[in-house]
Amino acid sequence: MKFERKDILGLKDFSRNEIDLILDTAESLKEVSTRKIKKVPTLRGKTVINLFYEPSTRTRTSFEIAAKRLSADAVNITASTSSVVKGETLIDTARNLESMNPDIIIMRHSAAGAPHILARLLKQQSIINAGDGAHEHPTQSLLDMMTIREKKGTIEGLKVAIVGDIAHSRVARSNIYGLSTMGATVALCGPAMMIPKEIDKMGVTVHNRMDEAIDDADIIMMLRIQLERQKNNSFPSVREYAKLYCLTPDRIKMAKKAVTVMHPGPINRGVEIDPEIADGPYSVILEQVTNGVALRMALLYLLAGGKQ
Amino acid sequence: MRLLLKGGRIIDPSQNMDARRDLLIEDGTILEIAETIPEKGGQKTAVIDLTDTILTPGLIDMHTHLREPGEEYKETVQTGSEAAVAGGFTSIACMANTVPVNDNRSVTEFIKKQAQTAGMARVYPVAAVSKDEKGTILTEFADLKDAGAVALSDDGNPVMDSSLMRNALEYAFSLGIPVISHCEDTNLSAGGQMNEGYTSTELGLQGIPNTAEHIMIARDIALAEFSHVSVHIAHVSTTESVRIIREAKKRGVRVTAETAPHYFIFTDESLREFSTNFKMYPPLRKQEDVEAIKEGLKDGTIDAIASDHAPHSSIEKDVEFEYAANGIIGLETSLSASLTLVEEDVLSLSQLIEKMSTNPAGILKIPGGTLRVGSKADITVIDPQKKWTVKADEFRSKSRNTPFEGRKFQGRAVLTIVGGSVKYSSLPFPARNI
Amino acid sequence: MTKNKVVMDAEGIDRSLTRIAHEILEENKGMEDLVIIGIREEGVFLGQRIGKKIATVEKTDVPLGILDITLYRDDVLSKVKKPKLGKTDIPFCLDNKKVVLIDDVIFTGRTIRAAMDALMDFGRPMLIQLAVLIDRGHRELPIQPNFVGNSLPSSLWEKVSVNLVEIKGIDEVVIEYI
Repeated sequence: MKFERKDILGLKDFSRNEIDLILDTAESLKEVSTRKIKKVPTLRGKTVINLFYEPSTRTRTSFEIAAKRLSADAVNITASTSSVVKGETLIDTARNLESMNPDIIIMRHSAAGAPHILARLLKQQSIINAGDGAHEHPTQSLLDMMTIREKKGTIEGLKVAIVGDIAHSRVARSNIYGLSTMGATVALCGPAMMIPKEIDKMGVTVHNRMDEAIDDADIIMMLRIQLERQKNNSFPSVREYAKLYCLTPDRIKMAKKAVTVMHPGPINRGVEIDPEIADGPYSVILEQVTNGVALRMALLYLLAGGKQ
Repeated sequence: MRLLLKGGRIIDPSQNMDARRDLLIEDGTILEIAETIPEKGGQKTAVIDLTDTILTPGLIDMHTHLREPGEEYKETVQTGSEAAVAGGFTSIACMANTVPVNDNRSVTEFIKKQAQTAGMARVYPVAAVSKDEKGTILTEFADLKDAGAVALSDDGNPVMDSSLMRNALEYAFSLGIPVISHCEDTNLSAGGQMNEGYTSTELGLQGIPNTAEHIMIARDIALAEFSHVSVHIAHVSTTESVRIIREAKKRGVRVTAETAPHYFIFTDESLREFSTNFKMYPPLRKQEDVEAIKEGLKDGTIDAIASDHAPHSSIEKDVEFEYAANGIIGLETSLSASLTLVEEDVLSLSQLIEKMSTNPAGILKIPGGTLRVGSKADITVIDPQKKWTVKADEFRSKSRNTPFEGRKFQGRAVLTIVGGSVKYSSLPFPARNI
Repeated sequence: MTKNKVVMDAEGIDRSLTRIAHEILEENKGMEDLVIIGIREEGVFLGQRIGKKIATVEKTDVPLGILDITLYRDDVLSKVKKPKLGKTDIPFCLDNKKVVLIDDVIFTGRTIRAAMDALMDFGRPMLIQLAVLIDRGHRELPIQPNFVGNSLPSSLWEKVSVNLVEIKGIDEVVIEYI
């Protein structure tokens, strides 16, 4: 099938066929990173810009490596996003970049909807959302699904538990959309003040107790908790959070024997995940990172060339 | 100078009138209303044929922001009052959150002077309840009233300190000047971008729980009830708010309320494209709330419709959703949008005029809201058949932040008369002189 | 009106492959340092068969690799429908190896150009030879096969397809008039 989209802004309206195509393509591209010469000429002469308004080492590096392995020219821009210090507006930045004729722009921003502004404005460029506020992080979810498929053979019918600050998590949202489309059941778990309103309408189950959520789970996805970033000081302390929600060797016994543990990274050892689990046999955290490069190569490959 | 308006259907709730009548204006006052007024000479008379149109007491928008002084790039008293007459409004009240805030008589007088120079719609300044709208020290209510302020409001901000609000309500009541309350618990709403609900969950935008609104409405009603004074609630938007006001009215509390057209036309679903032209406070709510607002208008819980006209430029609006300022313009679409209520059988035309003219005049205690013989000739003429498509670039307002771009409406003001002078006309034919 | 003509049947294909296998061994004086790389899709199965035939003669297996050339095509980004990307699997280094590339049909030569570029990224072969089942002419690049099953002059209005049991359920070479 043909990949029809100009942009990849979120997984909410991606079809099963589209996700399958992306995961299949990523699988085939994974091998390139194992060669001695980790480069293919496919995107030679294409310009890929990483426009990151939020700091990130792993995602940005992953995209940069993905672009370079496809022989594209990768450029990194770290823009400041302070609304107090009024710098150049987003729209002005976009137009300036447009004037330099890039092919693909990868954008991360703390404001939901920011990449959509670029996607609407720039007719000739493809925009990939590398995370917009708490809205979506489609490439993370796609690489998560790639990893799940690798480990379990299929995504259909699996029970996936996602644990953490769901309300502020773009990873949670994209994964709910993607996993539901692919036929998995999703159980969310977190403290009451971190569960967004009416999220059960997305067809997921909601739990405040971790043992309920991970009961019989095939996959446990732990989200990074950042209490310092909580806007309204909602959760009392790290100590209490870890007591209730840390994935420990004891807790993990509630899940299926062959459970797989995932985390988008970077991990907070001892807060949301016990070091023994993070480094142990259940964890595929590092495979997620490897797959991230292949997945992002696949997206660049599918988007490049644009629409005819 | 006489102006004879012939053959229009006059709807004036203040006189229980809904009939085809001629209306004669002399020297800015309504001289006569009769089935037929002869076009005889004597005095110089201009005649306008208004067959197939509706004449109403001049519409009054009791909640607008004119941005002058301080933010003239968004709007001025001049452009705002031009937008008003283009929208069919003969009087508007403008809020105090200017730069500097209208918390002293100089700013109030300045606004009045600008309005006079503009010579379009009548502009009634609303002054701030607290200095700089900071919510800590009361302004000089008596002095402000003397300078021409018709109401007090910190709109844009709530008065969070209940003790200060109590004092404000008691003091204002004793001076006979209404307080308009912007109800928002800023602790609950902090950081919020849109209504908290399924849509905000999907979009990953921080939500404003609707409790932020009705908690403060309940508080204001309790304060008014306790002290036997009155309070007017601005921009009501939720089911719970309507219910609380309805029950208070039943108990005899002196509370009045207004809503804006966007609260009975749009829901938070409109925000799915992250369009900042749908971002305002209070935020757009759920379909259930839209129904409750309509019900509240129908049963009289909500007394007035006011646009909350809030001009913003591209600088404030063409940015990331989170950084965009709250507010949309409304003077030039408010009437057409409100006519949909008549289309939908929520209100009769007469009831709509009550909400948009009679009641606002009563709440603000300003002249207008009636076509009784002897009153000032502030008249709005509506062509209920006129079909038009909203094109923001054609607005008289300086700003373009409207949610109605491209929307097709039926019904529009075609003639606006203030004090007997035609301030706006889109009639295809000129007045005849006899 | 499309008319299909079978120009080679299962037996014919098998005989050609047998001959190619022997020619490869003759030309390279045995199996030393020999590897076979099949170009997806059909080339892979032809490569497997040739590999088996060589193994029968030499009593040793030939290392077999799979090459998908999609990423190296000169038209990969401009095609309206991006071709499906298959997996490349070359589990050995190509340094100093005699690489025999196998494909079903050689036509313009562009596929083989792409394949050679890909192979260079896997090491420095001692030499690269090309074996094809069908040579249908119309070269656009100066590239020639070393081993050919059958030369089939064709016109540009014809489509030459090699159907294999592993993919299409039947072994035959078909010319379609389009």
